[in-house]
Amino acid sequence: MSSTAAAQHTPADDRLVVAGTAYDSRLLVGTGKYRDHDETRRAIEASGAQIVTVAIRRTNIGQNPDEPNLLDVLPPERFTILPNTAGCYTAEDAVRTCRLARELLDGHKLVKLEVLGDEKTLYPDMMQTLKAAETLVADGFDVMVYTSDDPILARRLEEIGCAAVMPLAAPIGSGLGIQNRYNVLEIVDNARVPVIVDAGVGTASDAAIAMEMGCDGVLMNTAIAAAKDPVLMASAMKKAIEAGREAYRAGRMPRKRYASASSPLDGTFF
Amino acid sequence: MIYHSILIPFMAEKTPMMELTVNGETHRVPEETTAQMLLERLELAGRRLAMEVNGELVPRSTFPEHRFAPGDRVEIVQAIGGG
Repeated sequence: MSSTAAAQHTPADDRLVVAGTAYDSRLLVGTGKYRDHDETRRAIEASGAQIVTVAIRRTNIGQNPDEPNLLDVLPPERFTILPNTAGCYTAEDAVRTCRLARELLDGHKLVKLEVLGDEKTLYPDMMQTLKAAETLVADGFDVMVYTSDDPILARRLEEIGCAAVMPLAAPIGSGLGIQNRYNVLEIVDNARVPVIVDAGVGTASDAAIAMEMGCDGVLMNTAIAAAKDPVLMASAMKKAIEAGREAYRAGRMPRKRYASASSPLDGTFF
Repeated sequence: MIYHSILIPFMAEKTPMMELTVNGETHRVPEETTAQMLLERLELAGRRLAMEVNGELVPRSTFPEHRFAPGDRVEIVQAIGGG
């Protein structure tokens, strides 16, 4: 589970804990939009991510029976596989998808719930999301939930028993960066479960900003996969997440309107 | 599927067939086909996948004994790249 490099840099008391399991990496990555399985594997290695999302889709019948399976590239013994409900527009379909995923992964309970409301924005349908979350929590799932940036809904999802709340920073795949800092900050301030920014990050500084705000992690896919060099961007994201986290823990200096000299004013000889 | 003409009466008599919808496509399979038999027929046996029938999950442990009924809607899924 732990990559030794990450373990050396992450103090034991500053790990991301989701549903009772501690992770050294606070970067969660998707596996979509890569050129091939090899690029997926290399990017994920470079990201240092331990939690990796996958989608659940129909098996192609009668085509390429020897086609490698994504889970051969990302063995569940080594990565925490986070199946998502991407593409679901109803609570019912999301619940079906999670049950299939749990069976596929030998009873693994951690899922990423997303119920979409609109094809253009891919914003979540929060009514359906709340409904699905209730059913899944009652059915024993550990639910990491993609949500709008509404602090009240985030709190409601936590009350239902979700393992993590994952507000969007901007629309999925948009790469616009954190568009809603004060909403995300309010969610972070109120939450007692991990808050993971899910969607909207475009480049490393966006990830660092999310972490500096006190988010517990960032989940991203397109920002890495759609970079010109996905493997290099994965490495950049790993560093940004670590830098942002350290800056948050260090506590930034207060902002001031005017200059404050860095060199002593005493002892000048001119 | 094309059977040699001489086999058709034999098969019609010996193995009555039924239709299933598998991942949206119609498949003719012998009656009494189990989930395990279907996967073998589709050359998917042993792969990491999950199945539901008419919207209900079929646990992998029950594949050998789960028998389909005519008209069942079968979905066979796997993990693929996604975010």
